[in-house]
Amino acid sequence: MIRFVIRRILFLFPVIIGATLLVYFILDLAPGDAVFALGGDQMSEEELIALRHELGLDRPFIIRYLSYMQGLFTGDLGVSLISGRSVLETYFQRLPMTLRLAFSATMVSVLLSLPLGIYSAVRKGSIQDNIAMLFSMLGLSMPNFWFGLILIIVFSLHLGWFPSSGYTGPISLVLPAFAVGTGLTANLTRMTRSSMLDVLGQDYLRTVRAKGVSERAVVNRHALKNALIPIITIIGTQLSIALGGSILTESVFAIPGVGRLMMDSINQRDAPMILGCVVLTTILTSIILLVVDLLYAMVDPRIKSQYVRRGKTS
Amino acid sequence: MNGNTCNLQSPASKKAQSHWAGVWRQFRKNKGAMAGLIVVLLAILTALTIGFFVDYDEHVIRQNIPMRLQPPSLEHPLGTDELGRDLMVRILYGSRYSLAVGFGSVGIAALIGIALGAFAGFYGGYKEDVVMRLTDIFAAIPGLLLGAVIVASLGASLTNLILALGLASIPQFVRITRASVLTVRDQEYVEASWVIGLTGRKIIFSHILPNCLSPIIVTATLQVAQNIISASAMSFLGLGVPAPDPEWGALLSAGRSYMRTHGYLTLFPGLSIMLIVLALNLLGDGLRDALDPKLKR
Repeated sequence: MIRFVIRRILFLFPVIIGATLLVYFILDLAPGDAVFALGGDQMSEEELIALRHELGLDRPFIIRYLSYMQGLFTGDLGVSLISGRSVLETYFQRLPMTLRLAFSATMVSVLLSLPLGIYSAVRKGSIQDNIAMLFSMLGLSMPNFWFGLILIIVFSLHLGWFPSSGYTGPISLVLPAFAVGTGLTANLTRMTRSSMLDVLGQDYLRTVRAKGVSERAVVNRHALKNALIPIITIIGTQLSIALGGSILTESVFAIPGVGRLMMDSINQRDAPMILGCVVLTTILTSIILLVVDLLYAMVDPRIKSQYVRRGKTS
Repeated sequence: MNGNTCNLQSPASKKAQSHWAGVWRQFRKNKGAMAGLIVVLLAILTALTIGFFVDYDEHVIRQNIPMRLQPPSLEHPLGTDELGRDLMVRILYGSRYSLAVGFGSVGIAALIGIALGAFAGFYGGYKEDVVMRLTDIFAAIPGLLLGAVIVASLGASLTNLILALGLASIPQFVRITRASVLTVRDQEYVEASWVIGLTGRKIIFSHILPNCLSPIIVTATLQVAQNIISASAMSFLGLGVPAPDPEWGALLSAGRSYMRTHGYLTLFPGLSIMLIVLALNLLGDGLRDALDPKLKR
């Protein structure tokens, strides 16, 4: 098991290096370079050349990439072209806000969808089940950011219960958390229901029922434990989806997190900041998915044995 | 997973036809899926023919300031926007962009993803490792961020939006195709194809991929839905189809300044996105049930 964990952690490095190369390459394709973000269009040819040399932009692509990677592993991602502040510092300053939002959204979806999904599975085919499935289908088909706009119109512009944008305290996170959480809820409810149905049909539950255990105890004590295993994975995945989608949510609600930071730097053509945001968010989501994978293996002995065997053969 | 299709596969094309007839029979029973199919077909029809009914410059783009921000009425069923243009005409015309991006990006992703996935699954070994590790790298970057970076770098346009979302969806197709090829690869009829001396490429295209289509079709349908949402999100952020083209996300972005007084400018474009995405999701679910009876709940 420990070998498996170490292997998985080591595997994170090639992914991060590859992903960074990809993003670095794409940003390098942009016409014009960083000097234009610094007002280069008003400079003379000599000044431009000097500035490029100073920023190291006249070096070949691969050298620039390698020196960037060196910076990444020593905690130096360069400075913003606009504010001149350290990219890494700015990112981590903004991160808590984004994490808070992502966690709240995930909490909303877990609290809503677990009971709903379990209930739907137990009452499969009933009217309640059908209504729940209809709503989760609608939730799945709805653009989250649009739902956010509708929430703003109803609950902040008309009813005035919540602030419509900006961050003035935890109350500012209620609407965004519900906007993001609703999409996640739809998905999680469907997953919970099908995972639960899967387990409810298994033989060991027939045995439990045959012993005369009440249906309630069958569900709560025997079925739920096994049904929850795949759901843990999905919750982790949702957290990473919420992080990746922060660029959108934070733009809708004007929340000053990393998504907003990235959008601003795209608008200002602040290449080092864009690069830093994408690379750091990618690393963060990869780590979350890795932790989820490991948790999954730990919780379910069947998975663990599978992985360990596979680890030995390859 | 593909056991059922394999059993039905036989040299006679008659039997192969009856498989698809069976799928259609199964599909037709599902009311939601049929409704989805009809809505999708209507949307495609609208997108293809709207150019014959309305003149782009005259009805979609030309400003009519005296008529600005009219609430819904008989003359303008969905009202008019901040420049006096009929919102319904703009939304109907906007279906062209959403569908073009949805189907175009999935077309790109499917073409590349299926080829890579089939290659990896069929040959295995180090070739599989290389393709799958590259896929992992690609998939590690959150889709919306990858799309945003591509558009930020290449510039905001319809083509770049299709390209960005297409590239971001490749991993889905690589993974599903590989998984599906793996279940078919070691079957006896594939072995038989080797024995009679067919080349690897011939076996993949004539004998393996036809039996792997079911999950790929379902993934493609659901991915079109997903990419339509992503496209509107990108346009909303200003990273998609630029104004004045009436892409649905761009309409939402424009309507945002008038949320307090003219909520319908936000409501209707969003409902349109939801309708087409819902239809595609229902269609995808129905296809899954019809193509894979074993998966049916």
